[in-house]
Amino acid sequence: MTLRATTFIVVGLTFAIYITIAIMARAKSTSDFYVAGKGVHPVLNGMATAADWMSAASFISMAGLIAFMGYDACAYLMGWTGGYVLLAMCLAPYLRKFGKFTVPEFIGDRYYSHAARLVAVLCLITCSITYVIGQMKGIGVAFSRFLEVEFSTGLFCGMGIVFIYAVLGGMKGITYTQIAQYCVLIFAYTVPAIFIGFQMTGNPVPQLALGSELSDGSGMYLLEKLNTICVDLGFAAYTAQKWSTWNVFLLTFSLMVGTAGLPHVIIRFFTVPKVRDARFSTGWALVFISILYTTAPAVGAMARTNLMNTIQIGPVGSPTGNLLYADRPSWFTNWEKTGLLVWEDKNHDGRIQYYGKNKEFAKKAESFGWKGNEMIKVDRDIMVLANPEIANLPFWVIALVAAGGIAAALSTAAGLLLAISSSISHDVLKSVFMKHIDEKQELLASRIAMAVAICVAGWLGLNPPGFAAQVVALAFGLAASSIFPVLMMGIFSKKVNRAGAIAGMLTGIGSTLLYIFLYNGWFFIKGTAPFANTAENWFLGINPQSFGAVGAILNFVVAFAVSSMTEPVPEHIQHLVEDIRIPKGAGAATGH
Amino acid sequence: MTNGEAYWNKNLKLMIGCLIVWFIVSFGFGILLVGPLNNISLGGYPLGFWFAQQGSMYVFVCLIFFYANTMSKYDREFDLEEE
Repeated sequence: MTLRATTFIVVGLTFAIYITIAIMARAKSTSDFYVAGKGVHPVLNGMATAADWMSAASFISMAGLIAFMGYDACAYLMGWTGGYVLLAMCLAPYLRKFGKFTVPEFIGDRYYSHAARLVAVLCLITCSITYVIGQMKGIGVAFSRFLEVEFSTGLFCGMGIVFIYAVLGGMKGITYTQIAQYCVLIFAYTVPAIFIGFQMTGNPVPQLALGSELSDGSGMYLLEKLNTICVDLGFAAYTAQKWSTWNVFLLTFSLMVGTAGLPHVIIRFFTVPKVRDARFSTGWALVFISILYTTAPAVGAMARTNLMNTIQIGPVGSPTGNLLYADRPSWFTNWEKTGLLVWEDKNHDGRIQYYGKNKEFAKKAESFGWKGNEMIKVDRDIMVLANPEIANLPFWVIALVAAGGIAAALSTAAGLLLAISSSISHDVLKSVFMKHIDEKQELLASRIAMAVAICVAGWLGLNPPGFAAQVVALAFGLAASSIFPVLMMGIFSKKVNRAGAIAGMLTGIGSTLLYIFLYNGWFFIKGTAPFANTAENWFLGINPQSFGAVGAILNFVVAFAVSSMTEPVPEHIQHLVEDIRIPKGAGAATGH
Repeated sequence: MTNGEAYWNKNLKLMIGCLIVWFIVSFGFGILLVGPLNNISLGGYPLGFWFAQQGSMYVFVCLIFFYANTMSKYDREFDLEEE
């Protein structure tokens, strides 16, 4: 059987599972639709949260990012996991106790203001839409690559599938499908890592293999060997720090706070039966996420080692030390076809030279007769997908990786779309503009809102306003600077009032948007940026990606300052705050 | 001080304690002190690198479960459990 046929079967089979689950778990009430009737077991909810959280970026891009960034990629690893600690201790249990359906609903009630609720909806939609664009693009790429169709066809297929199970199933359907998707994606991620780790070090646990001795008889540790390979070829050592400590610190902080403020993650903790389940469920979510996140550094390091060893077959500088282009393996040829791997024979010797930009090494390279790095393009995103091919694993493993990537993108897109549609139907229509609609009409409205959101996201996926990475960074910055601070102050302070909250949210989101646009162009339109996006131009050396941390601090400061100058918080709101701080009397969720 | 306030104060203390550990392992060991810690090795890992790419995540998981367990104990102690 060919690889294509195997992929069709594996991907088709997983879809059949998702859709069957969605139909069986169809939502019958608004409570089912928004929060799965609050009846999801904490371990299962944790698993669903993990699938919701781990997007195409985590599955496909992260290991590649680590492979080429080395140590510095720890900002992503710690940032995207450390946020769950904040979530478990600062937000999840209290928001569950509050017992409503959406994040803006909490903000509207706590700050006793429709205006605050609408500002929150605005923040939520801005960051969810920016995030979903990246997912739609990921879905398009995954479908078009593995089904061998045009990018746009791939994207439409993906939209159709999301439409069926998100619109029909609501939160209940999405939760149970996400559990299935988690199983598919984690299996697909770890199986190749186990195989490759075992091949290289004899240790089948990837987390341990990364710190083990190589089984090639050299007696060297994997990381030690990788450092040597990198330095010998003029790259920076793998475990060395390349960014400034300040930027690693700020980016980590920004991603942590952003993670805790992403609305589609927060609403997951409204679906568990009790307050104590919300605490444990965050822990379980992090367990399931960490399985992938601790495997990724091993995948990255091993992929980098394999790539370098494939090209540099002998000692550096010896005439036969580099791979003959004619002898290149089949995965190399396959990825060349996609344009994501590009080679150019600069010194016309028919061999591949791949080396770094280090000045000292450049002199040495000249003496070898090398005329520049010949691997013009090695796209980071191909690492996870190419890894099983590089290690010669069977077809079914490669097909499984395709299914895993698609599962990761679909589950995240569905969760985001639900967060968007529920805030439109519940927070905007039901609470402000059409107060008298009944439950059935509200359900219909949220399904229509979701269908519209899918179309908008699909259109934006076809015409992305910038690189996916830029857009995703914006989403985190926005969540960090607007939603997280206002939720935290709502729980931990009785002094912050509605004027403070609104001013804080607007300052946070406004300053972050402004800073990002200053360096990336207004609304990401190329050529409109007042400043070049380079380290010398950054204000106090702050990377626009990490500005969310500063925006969050501004949000806190402004909210407290404005609150101290305006009216005190009404008595009944102070009682509400006292009430959400204790678990007793949570009961079932109510929408009103 | 009411029962609820006493419970809240204990919760805050526990939370701050956990967040200090959270900060030390990630920002402390993984970022600020990564240079000196890399002189120590843990198997084939330089220790600072291990904290940054592996260890901090294990600690995060343990912290959440420790917090959740202790809070369940407090819920019972102050008789504020859900029915």
